[in-house]
Amino acid sequence: MAGEYIPLLVAVPLAGAFFCALAARKSGVLADTIGTLIVALVLALSIYAVVSPPSTHAVGGWPAPLGILLVMDGLASLMLLVVSLVAFLVMIYSLSYMNAYSGRWQFHTLFLLMLAGMNGVVITGDLFNLFVFLEVASLASYALVAFGTGKHELEAAFKYAVMGSLGSLLLLLGIAFLYGYTGTLNMAHMAERLGELGVAPITVAALVLLLSGFALKAAIVPFHSWLPDAHPSAPAPISAMLSGVLIKSLGVYTIARLVFNVYGASPDLLNLLLVLGAVSMGIGVILALRQWDMKRLLAYHSVSQVGYMILGFGLGSPLGILGGLFHLFNHSIFKSLLFLNSGALEQATGTRNLKEMGGLSGRMPTTSWTTLSASMSISGVPPFSGFWSKLIIVMACVEQGRWFYGAWAILVSVLTLASFLKVTKFAFLGKLGKGFENVREVPWPMRFGMVVLALLCIVGGLMLVPEVKEMVLTPAVRVLDHGILTLGEVVRL
Amino acid sequence: MIHSWLPYVLCILLFCVGVYAVLSKKNLIRIILGIVIADYAVNLFLILLCWKKGGEAPILQPGAMEQVMVDPLPQALVLTSIVIGLATTAFLVAIAMRLHERYGTYDITRIRELRG
Amino acid sequence: MARNDGEAGMTLVVKTVTRLTVGLIFLYGIYIVLNGHLSPGGGFAGGVIIALSFINLFLAFGAKKTFEIIRKDAVTALESVGAVLFLGIALLGFIDGGFFSNFLPQGELFSLVSGGAIPLSNIAICIKVGAGIFGMFLALVAFRGSEREGK
Repeated sequence: MAGEYIPLLVAVPLAGAFFCALAARKSGVLADTIGTLIVALVLALSIYAVVSPPSTHAVGGWPAPLGILLVMDGLASLMLLVVSLVAFLVMIYSLSYMNAYSGRWQFHTLFLLMLAGMNGVVITGDLFNLFVFLEVASLASYALVAFGTGKHELEAAFKYAVMGSLGSLLLLLGIAFLYGYTGTLNMAHMAERLGELGVAPITVAALVLLLSGFALKAAIVPFHSWLPDAHPSAPAPISAMLSGVLIKSLGVYTIARLVFNVYGASPDLLNLLLVLGAVSMGIGVILALRQWDMKRLLAYHSVSQVGYMILGFGLGSPLGILGGLFHLFNHSIFKSLLFLNSGALEQATGTRNLKEMGGLSGRMPTTSWTTLSASMSISGVPPFSGFWSKLIIVMACVEQGRWFYGAWAILVSVLTLASFLKVTKFAFLGKLGKGFENVREVPWPMRFGMVVLALLCIVGGLMLVPEVKEMVLTPAVRVLDHGILTLGEVVRL
Repeated sequence: MIHSWLPYVLCILLFCVGVYAVLSKKNLIRIILGIVIADYAVNLFLILLCWKKGGEAPILQPGAMEQVMVDPLPQALVLTSIVIGLATTAFLVAIAMRLHERYGTYDITRIRELRG
Repeated sequence: MARNDGEAGMTLVVKTVTRLTVGLIFLYGIYIVLNGHLSPGGGFAGGVIIALSFINLFLAFGAKKTFEIIRKDAVTALESVGAVLFLGIALLGFIDGGFFSNFLPQGELFSLVSGGAIPLSNIAICIKVGAGIFGMFLALVAFRGSEREGK
């Protein structure tokens, strides 16, 4: 069996979390070191997963429909790469950023638990197991949102936790429905059984429950109300993780799996995704336009950009799926970079209000140009990475003759550009704000994380070079485009 | 056969009661209770799923190896789900206590500073 | 909480009853853990019962007496140790097959020493859950205490 490394992707960060908690009693530096090394190890494992062929691992040696099957296919390895790449850079950034907070080892422990949860969601082939890992990641993220323990953090965390728990309960109920109907929890086996048994009212009910649960985790309109409170309230590295990868691995990835690999993409289902995506894109960007708090503005843009991914999946064609997945990759990079930038600005100036900033480009050159590249990328300005993924989505819309959605995607992109021009103008250009004469650039670990992410934004388009695309993106597209995979096919991977 | 599906419907009703409490109540503690009610409704639903006519508890005992047993899998799932529910509840209670410390109230209409 | 003046904890009646029962509760927890692979129960249930015995102790005799028996930082440390032990057992499965494989001989059905690595996992879970629940209780109670002093 080639897949023996797969469980390590969960076991390593989980062990790291508890070793961090133990090591912090001796020294804080030791906990920092362990945390960083563990995340680096996870990154190495994910890169190994991308370059090695797809494989599976049966936990405890129990064969597939009985036991839990861990599946490492193209989609899982792409998601793992995204998660661990962002996690690694955020970890380095936080080494310096988290100096302002007390209880750093708790931060590392929760961070690693969240990482373990996200990895688990991505690699598992079992629906209930997915729910458990989703809860591990969600609980860690609730606690991380409350990390500052200020008034607003607690309020946001409570709101987030209540909404998140409701979402989880909907998921559990949906899973119970499906288990009662098909008698299995393995996703591939369930897809097979659903095909045999056909559509019934109970499968539709389960689909509605599961879709609303996952949409809540992905913050798709109308389930987005918690996100603009929760994401800005967390410390900046955590905002970057939440907006950058958590909503994608817990929401977008799971929706894609459910729709394409468990239920099979029927035209009605795809149309639903198209509408959900288009509504999210529009409402997110319109709400973002009127924000003056930088992190809130970014959070609303997350709602809007998730809409792009769902729209791409909703097209259902290989090109649309490619666009959605590529946009997922790009969004993880530039949105986490933007949140890290907002953290740098907040640390340097002590405010998140754009009206109070101004003229900071001379004082903070690195932050300034990394923000610029991420803003250009999210607005879809060529040749930054966001341009290519949006181009593919628009092309896929045109290819299918869905002109309205293509035009809508372009319009939303223009509005996004307008909103980020506002950020650039008010934060970096113009006169230097009052009291900012002594503002200095942030320390090097924070700059390192931001610069690497900015470089990825600039060269992100190279992901479409055939050699790289064949290695990273195409296997993931193939998994979704293939539709329902039977258990036999999955085991034989 | 009205009685065969009634328990399931009652579970869903209980779930709706919990969700209603979460969405309509103004007190933090009542919201938490709503979540707990909904949580246990789902757990009850899972437990009902494993019922089988004449089924016994799925425990192997010396001398009674070949009896009809109910499906043991949902029971394991429920145990996991209870643990998760415990963690969520504890977290929510801790946050509610902290909020009470900061605001001096459990009333969510007075804990609303995040807007927009 | 009913407090008599000066002395920590509850009244004499509660203290006496607790002194008699707390050991039994603790032993019952251990019994549930050790028989987890044969009968209903196991690491989680047993861990909760063991944590309850400490919570009883805390409520009846107050913080000081309880922390003489088990230190507060020992509780948090034990929680991590339990989790690491459980993961270690899961990883040891790689000796024979893979993650979570039962690598020990299974023994005879229905005897106490059987089930391979399952009883060991139960013990690890018991440490984790017992320490975790007691730690959670301490966190909530200690927080209330600080709130009261603050006012």
